[in-house]
Amino acid sequence: MKTQAFQKIYTKIDNITKATCTITAEGIGNLEMAFVDNRPAQVVKIFGNKVTLQVFPGTENIATNSEVVFLGRGPTLKVGDELRGRFFDAYGNVIDGGPDIEGEEVEINGPTINPVRRKQPSELIATGIAGIDLNNTLVTGQKIPFFADPDQPFNQVMADVALRAKADLIVLGGMGMSNDDYLYYKAIFDNAGALDRIICFMNTTENPPVERLLIPDMSLTAAEHFAIKHNMKVLVLLTDMTLYADALSIVSNRMDQIPSKDSMPGSLYSDLAKIYEKAAQFPDGGSITIIAVTTLSGGDITHAIPDNTGYITEGQLYLRRDTDIGKVIIDPFRSLSRLKQLVIGKKTRADHPQVMNAAVRLYSDAANAKTKQENGFDLTEYDKRSLNFAKEYSEHLLAIDVNIDIDTMLQIAWQLFAKYFSKDEVGIKQEIVDQFWPQDEQWLDGQAELTKQNS
Amino acid sequence: MSTQGIITGIVANLVLIQVDGPVAQNEICNIDLEGTKLKAEIIKINGDIAYVQVFENTAGLKVGHTASFTGHMLEVTLGPGMLSKRYDGLQNDLELIEGLFLERGSSSPALDENAVWHFHPLAKIGDTVGAADWLGEVKEGWINHKIMVPFKFPGQGTIVSTAAEGEYKARDTMAVIKDSKGVTHNVSMIMTWPVKITPKFYADKPRPSKIFETGVRVIDTLNPMVEGGTGFIPGPFGCGKTVLQHALSKYADADLIIIVACGERANEVVEIFTEFPELDDPRTGRKLMERTIIICNTSNMPVASREASVYTGMTIAEYYRSMGLKVLLLADSTSRWAQALREMSNRMEELPGPDAFPMDLPAIIANFYSRAGYVHLNNGQSGSITFIGTVSPAGGNLKEPVTESTKKAARAFYALSQARADSKRYPAIDPIESYSKYLEYSEVIENMNTTIEAGWIDKVTALKDMLLRGKEVKDQINILGDDGVPVHYHDIFWKSELIDAIILQQDAFDKVDCSTPLSRQKYMAKLVLDICQAKFTFENFEEVTHYFKKMINNLKQMNYQEFDSSSFKKFRQKHDDVLSERKSAS
Repeated sequence: MKTQAFQKIYTKIDNITKATCTITAEGIGNLEMAFVDNRPAQVVKIFGNKVTLQVFPGTENIATNSEVVFLGRGPTLKVGDELRGRFFDAYGNVIDGGPDIEGEEVEINGPTINPVRRKQPSELIATGIAGIDLNNTLVTGQKIPFFADPDQPFNQVMADVALRAKADLIVLGGMGMSNDDYLYYKAIFDNAGALDRIICFMNTTENPPVERLLIPDMSLTAAEHFAIKHNMKVLVLLTDMTLYADALSIVSNRMDQIPSKDSMPGSLYSDLAKIYEKAAQFPDGGSITIIAVTTLSGGDITHAIPDNTGYITEGQLYLRRDTDIGKVIIDPFRSLSRLKQLVIGKKTRADHPQVMNAAVRLYSDAANAKTKQENGFDLTEYDKRSLNFAKEYSEHLLAIDVNIDIDTMLQIAWQLFAKYFSKDEVGIKQEIVDQFWPQDEQWLDGQAELTKQNS
Repeated sequence: MSTQGIITGIVANLVLIQVDGPVAQNEICNIDLEGTKLKAEIIKINGDIAYVQVFENTAGLKVGHTASFTGHMLEVTLGPGMLSKRYDGLQNDLELIEGLFLERGSSSPALDENAVWHFHPLAKIGDTVGAADWLGEVKEGWINHKIMVPFKFPGQGTIVSTAAEGEYKARDTMAVIKDSKGVTHNVSMIMTWPVKITPKFYADKPRPSKIFETGVRVIDTLNPMVEGGTGFIPGPFGCGKTVLQHALSKYADADLIIIVACGERANEVVEIFTEFPELDDPRTGRKLMERTIIICNTSNMPVASREASVYTGMTIAEYYRSMGLKVLLLADSTSRWAQALREMSNRMEELPGPDAFPMDLPAIIANFYSRAGYVHLNNGQSGSITFIGTVSPAGGNLKEPVTESTKKAARAFYALSQARADSKRYPAIDPIESYSKYLEYSEVIENMNTTIEAGWIDKVTALKDMLLRGKEVKDQINILGDDGVPVHYHDIFWKSELIDAIILQQDAFDKVDCSTPLSRQKYMAKLVLDICQAKFTFENFEEVTHYFKKMINNLKQMNYQEFDSSSFKKFRQKHDDVLSERKSAS
């Protein structure tokens, strides 16, 4: 670390804990960055002339006479067009062996967008996955996480979504990501020839956990540059936000704060909201869309992390293994995209909302029938039909390996309705039924054949 | 010379200031961060050290920076011109703040003081008046905005002079009043009031009695709200709290709607910003935005002003109530406000109560809800604030401190159920868990007898009983199987399903079904109740299922048609045919 003119340097540390150290200093600003024995640190508390610093990599082997250098500013990132295609660590330092970035240095964690300047999100993001496009349509400017158990293939689905979403730029913020997964993303973006539209900020399990706290702000500062300066559609992928929150709890614990639910800091909601609310549709056409991953422990969504996340994000996506078809599906019951109402039936065909709801309702009838079956009760003729419907619905529409356009999804849904139910049973508005009820019952089989040939 | 101070400590947005003179609890000060003014509120005083919570990000703040104390608590500015404004939690007009971002220290005036209003006097020289008495009125949009004696006016006074009818600016003197000590006060159209003090300038606050029409069937028909009532909507995320609040704000029968977006998603507020200027208010024919004020302190805006935002909204509501208006105040979500209290209490190292919330949380919530209500003004007119707050219980568990404290304070409870939301039965208000205490008020029953129909309460009770029996029977069927119970169990179950599908479920996104006037609700309730009380003959349970599905589908189509239109009548006719198929002669 090169010392520069006008930097304040101290060589006497009064107090050292596992994560913090306190020195006597004057004229230091709150949240200012510093280096303690060449390790990045940030001011977290000031009382009189006692300044407490959080040392990101930990305080192992820091001595009472170690050098403390204050930088006179908060954490920053150099932004510029050269960020494209590059890989960085949590401090915004280049890690891909390429040249350093020359650009404007901006403080991360910038101010909040004025809500009256936001535009209402209205541009659909098509992913080809019917479990998303049909049932939980995504919109630019939205923020939505995958709630997934660690064993579920969320990285694959997220990479698919990112590559198909036709974003101008993808920013990947990795927090506590395993090195294997990091290499997976790198390879998949490389294979897709998409490396020039990627920016990556990476904290792997090999890096100190507290450093993760900088990743979302770094990623979003870069995203804002491109969304605002260049009016780009930017997609930010944040994984895994559970590990981010864990780092928050480590820090608050070391600061002697009283924990609230699940040992999380009382400010967890605000801390997460500050990140997710950076998703926005900007007035000049640019947008930031955030797709995150929040890993669950045993599917428990009442834990403070997924719970607070659910109140902040605009919906959530669940993956589930459907044993009837032997594939992973997007769970239609628990998944939700809150912004879908802004596009379905408006940017898509008019029958979209009703078809979507009817299909999920009938799928839920099948779930009830299944419970009955498991409890050893006789099934009615309707139960049997709904079970068959559910199987095909899951296979053709919910599975994550589906890749078709939305009109085709609607068409498939109508075909399935006609195959298994009467017009009375689907509970759709009469005029829509009259318009869309399929005449050609064979269409679906032909379609299935097509899909087989394509794949 | 006001009290000055020097900063001696900083932890997040809690700042310690050494002061050189007297300061008061909750007094506001401005911290000078190298030219940027950061607003802060005193929350504790110890010797000459004031603990303040800063309403902004404190990055870069240093020990030695100065602060200047204002001598008053957090206040709002009240006067004509607030309608259709979009304020932040501290009443800055967001529209007037320049740039894409809310830069630190940015502020803007709450009212346009240069706007010209046509004043029409209501009081005469020599009249004896007190705080909140009407001096005159101006036309603010479609509302007769009363110019009142300022809430801060001490005791009673005598009007010395009033302005003649004509055009005036808001700061012009509209009246001169001499108080009991002989001091004269120049009164303009604008006054200020501290948000955390309840202005009690009315004659009395009787028990509410009038039904407050919301257009949401499951509320109006089963668990009605009343003018001046309080209610709350707890529910896990994804259960449709926000859609329900938006429906209330669009269709409720109020003169004025104040929406406090407190620590929630910005895009939800943007939806209101985008839609309300376009949507028509069926009552006035004007745009919805013209009867709406939005206090917008989204989740990424400073936590301390999130706490202030609910008080700002309530104080503005109280101001308009004093004009004899029917105000609906919505706050989404009061849990975020409670969390703001928790964050601060935590930083102050207070001993925590349950879930680390401050010990006095129940008292703070009860005190806030008590500010709503129906009042008789001093001049014999009446006004009301109906308050409905949402609660976001952690983990969807209704046994958490905010829900429990609110349950003690609010009179109507609209519980959103995860199970209903999962099966897309919206609005997901659980008909059995939810209640409205107002159904027990004799005043309310009397009001329903005259405004809806005589004996209405019996119909409501009958519907609720059917739903409960349906649920009990459903449990039996689940245990014993479809064949294991008598056929009439299925009849009971499907009757409750019919109530669910036709009355409880409502499509918030359909242009007809989104709002149902009381008269139509009465019609449908009667229709549904007739079916529930009819006797049918069935051979087996499959017949029951099939028959009721057909009936439900048909009645659902009725809900989608304009009331009494030809297509509505067509489905009604079809329904009568279906009914006569199986109804036994009784």
